Amino acid sequence: MLYSEKVMDHFRHPRNIGEMENPDAIGEVGNAKCGDIMRMYLKIDGDTITDVKFMTFGCGSAIATSSIATEMIKGKKIKDALQLTNQAVVEALDGLPAHKLHCSVLAEEAVKAAIKDYYDRNGIDYDKSLYAPGTCVCCHTADKKDD
Amino acid sequence: MIYLDNASTTRVSPEVIVAMRPYWDEIYGNCSSLHDMGQRAKEHLEDARNRIAKCLGAESDEIYFTSGGSESDNWAIDSACKYGAMRNKKHIITTAFEHHAILHTLKEKEKQGFTITYLPVYENGIVKVADVEKAITEETCLVTIMYANNEIGTIQPIAEIGNICAKHGVVFHTDAVQAVGHIPINVKADKISMLSLSAHKFHGPKGVGMLFCKKGSPLFPFVHGGGQERNRRAGTENLPGIMGMCVALESATKDMAKVNDRLIEYRDKLFTELSKIPHSKINGDTISRLPGNFNMSFEGIEGESLLLMLNDMDICASSGSACTSGSLDPSHVLLAIGLPHEIAHGSLRLTLSKYTTIEDINHAIESVPKVVAHLRKFSPVWDEMEKGVIKHVI
Ligand SMILES: Cc1ncc(COP(=O)(O)O)c(C=O)c1O
Ligand SMILES: [Zn+2]
Repeated sequence: MLYSEKVMDHFRHPRNIGEMENPDAIGEVGNAKCGDIMRMYLKIDGDTITDVKFMTFGCGSAIATSSIATEMIKGKKIKDALQLTNQAVVEALDGLPAHKLHCSVLAEEAVKAAIKDYYDRNGIDYDKSLYAPGTCVCCHTADKKDD
Repeated sequence: MIYLDNASTTRVSPEVIVAMRPYWDEIYGNCSSLHDMGQRAKEHLEDARNRIAKCLGAESDEIYFTSGGSESDNWAIDSACKYGAMRNKKHIITTAFEHHAILHTLKEKEKQGFTITYLPVYENGIVKVADVEKAITEETCLVTIMYANNEIGTIQPIAEIGNICAKHGVVFHTDAVQAVGHIPINVKADKISMLSLSAHKFHGPKGVGMLFCKKGSPLFPFVHGGGQERNRRAGTENLPGIMGMCVALESATKDMAKVNDRLIEYRDKLFTELSKIPHSKINGDTISRLPGNFNMSFEGIEGESLLLMLNDMDICASSGSACTSGSLDPSHVLLAIGLPHEIAHGSLRLTLSKYTTIEDINHAIESVPKVVAHLRKFSPVWDEMEKGVIKHVI
């Protein structure tokens, strides 16, 4: 199997999946051209993320990383959610194949994009440098095998 | 498991396994040895060569055994380029949707000063004969166009291209890896100079194939060493593999008409039933097409997750999505027929074989719509399309 049991579990039974009604923030990253889009919805109470939902267009690891990322930030303080790294996501999934690592970057970016949306909506000041536009992962192309 | 990935590779037929059996521990001599064991092996080798030639309408001394399709493609291009360079002809014509065994080899030739024309294959995935003729110049040393495409199964007008190339005196190579054993091929009728094939695509063993090279057409040595394959491809012959390939090709040739009647019916049933999925599209021409090749795109979903879910439903399939390949670009074949990236990512290829049953087809017809519906439920792309934020493309 290409993926760990953990990845397959999140792929088969994605947590916190679907659209959220009246979210306090939405973050969307990736693009359909590259084959991965993640949309993350947040409910925020004070400085705490009380609920998370996601929708993903993408491969197995894209779906699994978004799913586990929602679990990792749900109930967390915003400032702690901002500390979520792609390495942490990958570790929580018991690893990803090397050529799938870009999908975990997307999960981290989706969380950040949603929090940025929350700041923007509420006129909260933040360090803009933390949210530099994500580099398009499409640019690092690996070799393709065909048959 | 329901195996619907026969364009990737096929199950070896029982008669092929039986045919290969004696060549491991009975007729195991080296074909180059003088003694009886060697000479006996040599007789079997030449018998296989004869029988394979017959299946293709070729002469036995036009057959060169190789390790498979990739090697045959590399060799054909390399040889034609050597011959071209000697006469100062350094232009090659091909199509945009060849296998990478062709495209990557041509990229190397480009570095060595060759110019390559990549002909368009249009929305139906078929090259236009007139485009081939227009592209031929005084400098053209090779036309290489695949017989049938490995992803969308479209069959190219090979006999007509062969005629044009013969008229202009240009070497014509065809990668027939997906076609041999699946549709009738006669190298003489098609006026083919060189043809590549690979045994594992028609229920033969892996790692063995062949290059046909017409008598009188130049063929430079490719692997240097011993004098095997008339001094052109050194290495002790893979006799078990070659005998397996021979029997597999004979079986495929004999059963072709009957098997194809059934596969065309199955394939078209898949097209009819799965086209009922909203916002879906058949990729490639539905008439000039390999009997066992099905390929469709479904909007708003990504191919790898589709394959993983089908795998959970016991179906082995394939996709042209980027994420199934380790690359971030979707299949160059689907892009060549003009699919937008996002539609190419959502493609599904099912390829049938003589072992495919109607139950397998029915299971696929039940499973695919369920999986597509499930993935669309949480796809942000599908969501935006359904809400009218972005337009449906197909
Ligand atoms: C059209 C085409 N050409 C070449 C090849 C390479 O053949 P092989 O795997 O025998 O090297 C394949 C299949 O892999 C193919 O489908
Ligand atoms: Zn991915």
